[in-house]
Amino acid sequence: MGSWFARSRSIPYLLKRNISFLHANSSCKTLPPYKSPHGFRERPPASILSFRRLESAMVGKQAQAVAYTDDDGESQSIEFPGGRVGFTTQMEFISEATDKRVPCYRVLDDDGFPIAGTRFDQLDEETAVRMYKSMVSLQIMDTIFYEAQRQGRLSFYLTSTGEEAINIATAAALSPDDIILPQYREPGILLWRGFSIEEFASQCFGTKDGHGKGRQMPIHYGSKDLNFITVSSPIATQLPQAAGVAYSLKMDGKEACAVAFTGDGGTSEGDFHAAMNFAAVMEAPVLFICRNNGWAISTPVSEQFRSDGVVVKGQAYGIRSIRVDGNDALAVYSAIRAARMMVVREQKPVLVEALTYRVGHHSTSDDSTKYRSVKEIEQWKRSRNPMTRFRNWVQANGWWSDQEEAELRGTLRNQVLKAIQVAEKAEKPCLGDLFSDVYDKLPSNLQQQEKSLRQTITRHKQDFPPDVPL
Amino acid sequence: MAASFGVSSAAVQAVKSSASPLPSPPVIRSEARPISGRINRSRKAGKIATHAVAARTENPASAASKTGHEVLLFEALREGLEEEMERDPRVCIFGEDVGHYGGSYKVSKGLAEKYGDLRVLDTPIAENSFTGMAVGAAMTGLRPVVEGMNMGFLLLAFNQISDNCGMLHYTSGGQFTIPTVIRGPGGVGRQLGAEHSQRLESYFQSIPGIQMVACSTPYNAKGLMKAAIRSENPVVLFEHVLLYNLKERIPDEEYVVSLEEAEMVRPGKHVTILTYSRMRYHVMQAAKTLVNKGYDPEVIDIRSLKPFDLHTIGNSIKKTHKVLIVEECMRTGGIGASLTAAINENFNDYLDAPIVCLSSQDVPTPYAGTLEEVTVVQPPQIVTAVEQLCR
Repeated sequence: MGSWFARSRSIPYLLKRNISFLHANSSCKTLPPYKSPHGFRERPPASILSFRRLESAMVGKQAQAVAYTDDDGESQSIEFPGGRVGFTTQMEFISEATDKRVPCYRVLDDDGFPIAGTRFDQLDEETAVRMYKSMVSLQIMDTIFYEAQRQGRLSFYLTSTGEEAINIATAAALSPDDIILPQYREPGILLWRGFSIEEFASQCFGTKDGHGKGRQMPIHYGSKDLNFITVSSPIATQLPQAAGVAYSLKMDGKEACAVAFTGDGGTSEGDFHAAMNFAAVMEAPVLFICRNNGWAISTPVSEQFRSDGVVVKGQAYGIRSIRVDGNDALAVYSAIRAARMMVVREQKPVLVEALTYRVGHHSTSDDSTKYRSVKEIEQWKRSRNPMTRFRNWVQANGWWSDQEEAELRGTLRNQVLKAIQVAEKAEKPCLGDLFSDVYDKLPSNLQQQEKSLRQTITRHKQDFPPDVPL
Repeated sequence: MAASFGVSSAAVQAVKSSASPLPSPPVIRSEARPISGRINRSRKAGKIATHAVAARTENPASAASKTGHEVLLFEALREGLEEEMERDPRVCIFGEDVGHYGGSYKVSKGLAEKYGDLRVLDTPIAENSFTGMAVGAAMTGLRPVVEGMNMGFLLLAFNQISDNCGMLHYTSGGQFTIPTVIRGPGGVGRQLGAEHSQRLESYFQSIPGIQMVACSTPYNAKGLMKAAIRSENPVVLFEHVLLYNLKERIPDEEYVVSLEEAEMVRPGKHVTILTYSRMRYHVMQAAKTLVNKGYDPEVIDIRSLKPFDLHTIGNSIKKTHKVLIVEECMRTGGIGASLTAAINENFNDYLDAPIVCLSSQDVPTPYAGTLEEVTVVQPPQIVTAVEQLCR
């Protein structure tokens, strides 16, 4: 074990030279481990990142620090790889379920009034109004794009109806430097960060102006400038990537974190478990946010896992976690702000489970009334709507009015409709974009294939769509 | 000493062929560097030597530099890794047991001590995860080198390699690049059992967006490692379990080898033998026998498995008009199958006989030594095939 410490002294010298330590601490001595008598390591503020990684890699050492006496008075313990563990002569199985489910952090009640005694991050008027307006934008964008798909103008669309609070409150609570690895139901974050309606439309219609150059299906947005990694269809593949992004941020010593989203269904994928484990072991600054909306297409959570939701899985990997009411914008905002602070300062992962409900269908390829009752959907839409709750709170503070609402909705509706009209008629990507960006430069086989395709098109012009620029 | 001229002979040939109306496609990228053929004795900042290896003797390194130093293949890989890590602080290594253990074949030995175990990261056992992690790290500016303990385990990482490594640059509209290197030992070893004897080049060759190369000598191992790390594209570097202890004298000066070029191992005129990785040595052993029998085979180590260096291969076919492919992949869907199709399509006019492809059988590799031996192509088979071809 001593060799770990010896090696650790040389590491900061050899890491990237432009690491900016959050505290100017250029003397690379070994930090004394901070230990409280309860064995829970309190971390010094994020400074020499690599040290702490080494130190905390030794789980055994950590447990050894505790003078082992547990409540039953068993004063003996045995040592195994992984540390000291007390033993008991009573054969007891840990129950598969606790008596009470993990409670859910909430600020606003069903009608949008702050619950007595609740603690939350106070929002100023500007942020609150901006948040609400963004939620309305998201809702209107979703509604109209969905309709456009139904009219045959778009091939596919996926709404975030019912999850507007998660989308916008999370975006507002994070910093623009935080890198987002979305699942696919988080366009609100792009919206908050400045992606325009026109840009959304360009991607959905696959025009030449879209960031994706028409290569991905609708709603697979991506923007490097806004730190939003392009959506990839297979579920949960972004989770291990988040560990990598966080690793990169850790190496750079940046005051930012990776934020990875998944749904309840995504937590069944192997990638979820491996990513959580990796992030914990490597002490990577990842904020895992699980949008538990109750449904994975037609699979309800009762058929997805048997645990108490997703929040309890955090502890299994050594990750701090919290359960929050995902339909409560204030609760989400406060919880994400706190979680992000922990992630960045302590350089370790945190899991947030936001409970919510998927009001819309999974996508335009789904009709959810086939597997759930219309009554259930309506109930969530009307009486437990995240937007209504937040609006009530904002209006109660005197920051919003019905008239402003009507105006906003009118303006936005026109804006979205216009954006769709423009994108529909916009030029599609040129033929060359079929072959570019597969590699950094066009290799000979693709050059050949492009040449062959162009020859075919020239010979059979009538068989090819006339609106594809060559 | 072709190397002392400013332009490599491959580049010269490329220039010649691009002027002619023949259908062979030019070799990509290596031609674009006019001074790259010269060995840089004085290493200027940022300038490195790129050897275009089209006209090379069997022992290229000794012709290039009398001084040089002897290394084993795994040490050459390590040298390449170390030089790149020194040169670019963004290069990092992920894999199981790569840190203080030094890698299961010692390719990363000593690097964790030198660069710290953040840059040489030991990961938990989840191939899909650490490959995904490499994709994420690459998208945010790092240059990860992922080691699969055995190539076969990377089948678990197929999704990340195919859908993300290969595709994200394209689907993001060019916004995110994934400059990763995925490497590891593969191929049929000595009684390692079926799951440890996989030839993943067969399965990966279709993935759009990745490049694949296979090293076979300490010289090209180091050069390919360096080139792969410097490439902006994801590159899969196939090493072979049985070749790690090959010894060769390699130059002291820095050099990089082109990722898209084949290596002329032995010029000849009777038949073109295309091979790569371990089979190169079986072919050379057969070549000795063939030479004694009066044949003059031209042996090319194709090195670049995706894309194929059809320029070098084409020039050889135009000379010999007969092709024998010797590979370790299974018969169905292997590199040989694709290469046969590519040659037939491009050089059909130049062939005097159908292409012969010697591959392993479509069976899982057995554990029993005797059975394992007959599942890979052996020199006597190669000799017989050449004799039949040249009749």
